Amino acid sequence: MNPIHFLDAAYLVAWVVYLGYLGRILLCLKRVEEEKKEFDRSRQPQLR
Amino acid sequence: MKKLVPFSILATLAMLGLTSYLALAVAPTEATMGDVQRIFYYHVPSAWVAFLCFLVNFVASAIYLWKRSPASDALAAASAEVGVVFCSVVLLTGPIWARPVWGIWWTWDARLTTTLVLWLIYVSYLVLRRFAAGGQTQALAAAFAIFGFIDVPIVYMSIRWFRTQHPSPVIGGGPGSGLAPAMAHVFLANLAAFTLMGILFMWLRYKLQMKEQAIESAHAQAALKGVAQ
Repeated sequence: MNPIHFLDAAYLVAWVVYLGYLGRILLCLKRVEEEKKEFDRSRQPQLR
Repeated sequence: MKKLVPFSILATLAMLGLTSYLALAVAPTEATMGDVQRIFYYHVPSAWVAFLCFLVNFVASAIYLWKRSPASDALAAASAEVGVVFCSVVLLTGPIWARPVWGIWWTWDARLTTTLVLWLIYVSYLVLRRFAAGGQTQALAAAFAIFGFIDVPIVYMSIRWFRTQHPSPVIGGGPGSGLAPAMAHVFLANLAAFTLMGILFMWLRYKLQMKEQAIESAHAQAALKGVAQ
């Protein structure tokens, strides 16, 4: 196998891990924000 | 403030794009290993950021044991998870680099083994946080983190203490060690970009942890009010 393929593979693996992780955090942040809005909405009638 | 997150992400990605270009196209080709040595510009900064995250985890855990502040617990959880991500990249890119250079994917030498142990320690830490039941989970995790950090200096010193398959230190390795200036500049640029990425990941993960804690406590308060009524 050409050594350049190992270089490509290492860069690909690193980027997949880093971008995958960044995407996961952003999705979780979005989910938590929606959960917070939902919670606030569910509490509003009791406050009135 | 709302635009700070997308701006930070874009700025970090732009910097990483530039430093990747420097590593792949501008840095001179190493004489012995050839182009595959360019993995160095990812592998070493990833290891540095993993160490940095575990140091943050250590300090945040100590502060949690002292002050019991939820913010330091959130920072400890965030930094451990980000550290595991960076350490995973080290453990994945290392064997990919080793195969064409050493002829083997893996060997149980001091540097590789202690790094694998480090990864296992912090994976165990995350598992402990995730699945331990009871009110003392955070304190238990903080104590675990303080003992777990002992492996970080061992990993760092392993190539100085033992004769290993892993190369001797290139930076700060004494007489005869060091990088050619053209390589050193590219390396430092990558080190800065990866540090920025590590800080960005820790910040976002910390925000997430704090929001999750706030929702959990709001749910608990609502449930208590419900019981009281």
